[in-house]
Amino acid sequence: MFKLSEIIKSIAVSAWFMFLTFPILVIKVNTYEKTIDWRWKNMILIGIASFFLSFLWRYMLKQKEYGSDKKKSKASSFFKNTVKNPKFYTSSIVLILCLIIAFPFVFSIYQTNIMTSALMYVVLGLGLNIVVGLAGLLDLGYVAFFAVGAYSYALLNHHFGITFFMALPIGALLGAFFGILLGFPVLRLKGDYLAIVTLGFGEIIRLILENWNDFSFGPSGIANIPKPSFFGINLSIYETTTYMYFIMILLVFLTVFVVNRLEDSRIGRAWIALKEDEVACQAMGIDKTKTKLYAFATGAAWAGLAGVVFAAKTSFINPASFTFLESAIILSLIVLGGMGSIFGVITGAFIFILLPEYLRAFSDYRMLVFGAAMVLMMVFRPQGIIKKRRRFYKISDSGGKKQR
Amino acid sequence: MNPVLEVSKLSMNFGGLKALENISLDIFQNEIVSLIGPNGAGKTTFFNCITGIYTPVSGDIFISSLPQKTEKENICGLKPNIITKKGMARTFQNIRLFQNMTVLENVMIGRHVRTHAGIIASVLKLKKTRNEEKKIVDDSYNILKKTGIENFANEKASTLPYGAQRKLEIARALATEPFLLLLDEPAAGMNPAETIELGLLIKEIREKENISILLIEHDMKFVMNLCDKIFVLDYGKKIASGTPDAIQNNPVVIKAYLGEDFDFDA
Amino acid sequence: MEYFAELFLGGLTRGSIYALIAIGYTMVYGIIELINFAHGEIYMIGAFTALIAASVFNFLGFGQITVFLLATAVAIIYSAAYGFTIEKIAYKPLRNAHRLSPLISAIGMSIFLQNYVMLAQTSNFVRFPKLIPDFEFIEPVAHIIGSSEIVIFVVAAIVMLALTFLIKFTKTGKAMRATAQDKTMAMLIGINVDFIISITFIIGSAIAAIGGVLIAAHIGQINFYIGFVAGIKAFTAAVLGGIGSIYGAALGAFVLGWTESFATGYVSSDYEDLFAFSLLVIILIFKPEGLVGKSTAPKV
Ligand SMILES: Nc1ncnc2c1ncn2[C@@H]1O[C@H](COP(=O)(O)OP(=O)(O)OP(=O)(O)O)[C@@H](O)[C@H]1O
Ligand SMILES: [Mg+2]
Repeated sequence: MFKLSEIIKSIAVSAWFMFLTFPILVIKVNTYEKTIDWRWKNMILIGIASFFLSFLWRYMLKQKEYGSDKKKSKASSFFKNTVKNPKFYTSSIVLILCLIIAFPFVFSIYQTNIMTSALMYVVLGLGLNIVVGLAGLLDLGYVAFFAVGAYSYALLNHHFGITFFMALPIGALLGAFFGILLGFPVLRLKGDYLAIVTLGFGEIIRLILENWNDFSFGPSGIANIPKPSFFGINLSIYETTTYMYFIMILLVFLTVFVVNRLEDSRIGRAWIALKEDEVACQAMGIDKTKTKLYAFATGAAWAGLAGVVFAAKTSFINPASFTFLESAIILSLIVLGGMGSIFGVITGAFIFILLPEYLRAFSDYRMLVFGAAMVLMMVFRPQGIIKKRRRFYKISDSGGKKQR
Repeated sequence: MNPVLEVSKLSMNFGGLKALENISLDIFQNEIVSLIGPNGAGKTTFFNCITGIYTPVSGDIFISSLPQKTEKENICGLKPNIITKKGMARTFQNIRLFQNMTVLENVMIGRHVRTHAGIIASVLKLKKTRNEEKKIVDDSYNILKKTGIENFANEKASTLPYGAQRKLEIARALATEPFLLLLDEPAAGMNPAETIELGLLIKEIREKENISILLIEHDMKFVMNLCDKIFVLDYGKKIASGTPDAIQNNPVVIKAYLGEDFDFDA
Repeated sequence: MEYFAELFLGGLTRGSIYALIAIGYTMVYGIIELINFAHGEIYMIGAFTALIAASVFNFLGFGQITVFLLATAVAIIYSAAYGFTIEKIAYKPLRNAHRLSPLISAIGMSIFLQNYVMLAQTSNFVRFPKLIPDFEFIEPVAHIIGSSEIVIFVVAAIVMLALTFLIKFTKTGKAMRATAQDKTMAMLIGINVDFIISITFIIGSAIAAIGGVLIAAHIGQINFYIGFVAGIKAFTAAVLGGIGSIYGAALGAFVLGWTESFATGYVSSDYEDLFAFSLLVIILIFKPEGLVGKSTAPKV
């Protein structure tokens, strides 16, 4: 394994990365005081890290080439059997339900709030997952629909006093409406062009919100957006937080339910097929434009919904919350968790939102790590942490033999 | 009786290349017809034009799914999915299965065009939708049985042996309930035993399902044994048409193929 | 009339910079059909390394022109090195993956590089040292054009001529064109495709670095985020011209530069980026093959 040639290779890689990172990691100039800070420590760190990582890199690439499926099968089949065991299944569901219900009563407001955020990202992730993970349309402007939801609640409330619960469906519908509006012209584009156009659209919507002061109150945003009311009773901060948390839990359940149903339907299969091969899909009689539009609209609806919750939760919104970075975060959490897999997206959202919150030291490095994770995931495990499971169908005709 | 497919003066260009020039041909109900010609003759391009993947430069394509009736319909320039819906289904020369879906799911996609559940119905999943779903699964499985690949039903399409992938392409096309089936080199890459089986399958499809078949094939023995009628393309032009016997003895055809060192009895 | 001239020259300046960045997009797309999302970051890294190098050389007491040339050289070397490395890490292992994979990888790389520079350097704007001297001969027109702008036009023109020469007449250039047309065929006739792809990244990145140095010297400040917007705009320029074509990229860049310049000058400066994005969207929707590109039927 550790042949001389390998070691030489790694030394070369290490030297290369020390060279590469030299100006940016080592030198720091202060242009006002005209001083230079030489941080040689960084160079040593990079040298050592890249030396060892290069071994790992080559090893993993080799593993990927040979396909490591065989080795995994034992461990994973044990895992599968445990999961399939109905006793285990029901008891774990009960356990998770208890945890969900107990959470706000056990943990602090702060933590409940974070959890609510994470759940919001679950909804966003599942929504974008319809577009990217199922239908294979790389939408880089997803945050625009999130903004549509948030602004529709904020503005409708400001002007007409629309309440949170009325705003939820309105936000979702407006999200879907914008999805169709923006989707219609762009959907005939090739994959990567579509990505850029959606990015452009996302930025256009943000820029409009930023500059059209009469409509959106510009960069200063809208404040004092009310939280949802509880049958007209005034709630304390603690109670409101808990209330928001449970609303969000319900929305997550709704999302999972709907997305699961959709995935396992005629439309869902068409989305997946569309991702695989557009030409073959059309030759099978699937209307490409219509099917894509469905994906765009249903995906956008969830963003609109989440936007309403976001506006209520933070009670203040401005265009700065809806930058491309936000779209990138949502995209990376589904890539990380496992594109196309509901459970994967949920995992991704939790890792993405909770990890940096609880590892404070880590939070500065959050985007750095996730940027790197996106690359590494694509290189080594494009299916994400949780692989999408294949569906099996029961065949019920009399002649055919029963399948699993 | 009307032909099920009547192509008249179809032409197609790629830049300066005349890939098809004034091609006309008729296919009648229950016929098995073959389109042959040397490599690059324009056979696949012809398929792409009549299935809507390319828009022809000029010409007409008429179909009449019910030959008893007199009206015929021009489908030239329609979108591929519409043409499939009207009853023409095809396979691809370079297999284009949905590689990461199961074999059964591939066929279920074929049922898409004959089923109805929309977004709301899929979410609510009322009785009607549930029944439709069940029927999709059962129908698809039956088609797999008919094509003889039901044992692979729950395998990933990409894991199938080559011959089975070709059959799956046929199964998937059959699932759209066509009246005319277009097969682009269905026997390519198959061994002799598989090729014979394929011939039987194609005949069975014609007899039991009442489907007409147009196929592109390089295996002359296969073509001669199977087809009622043959059209020959060369450099985008139709150079001959007729029964297998007539084609085999046609000097123009032999000349077109001579460059390829060809023997009809191979 | 003077205002018009000012806007025209302003558009020309912008256009030159966009062209320098757009060339990288177009070359990479031409060869591996990938939108190299991290290309904007390469340009940003070029500007940053130039800033760092210039400061160091300034301390060492070199003269202004020397510092400018040395800093540019450092920026070119480093950007090229980054471009080369990025391709090896983030794109090469994905040559046969699903078409979304390299694009997502590229987005990840872009986010990574932004945060890398932000964490290692600063999240604030930093002042870029004055590298380009004030030429005396432009004094009479100094109110509508600065010396840095003249340098930008001249350098951009030289770079584009040099690139045209390289692609038209050198062996490498011919190999690049062959690879762009058909990778398998190129491989069969003995072209080292991996090498050609690397060269493409290196050249594209080096040219982006020149753009980075010039714009930083012109505007006078940079931060870790400048690559994002510049990248998207340059990509717009590349698409506008017809992605894959180098003339197209240059043409698109100038059209975009003038559009932005005149629109901000005559309509409203609030919506500066909006014009670029709208142009991008409109072009992609109505003429995705670009101004000089031809639409082709995909082979089935
Ligand atoms: N999308 C396209 N763009 C440009 N040229 C094309 C395109 N599709 C096909 N051609 C050209 O048209 C001609 C006919 O191609 P076609 O694929 O129809 O041949 P074929 O008869 O199916 O050959 P084979 O037996 O090899 O499958 C060829 O010269 C081919 O290069
Ligand atoms: Mg062909």
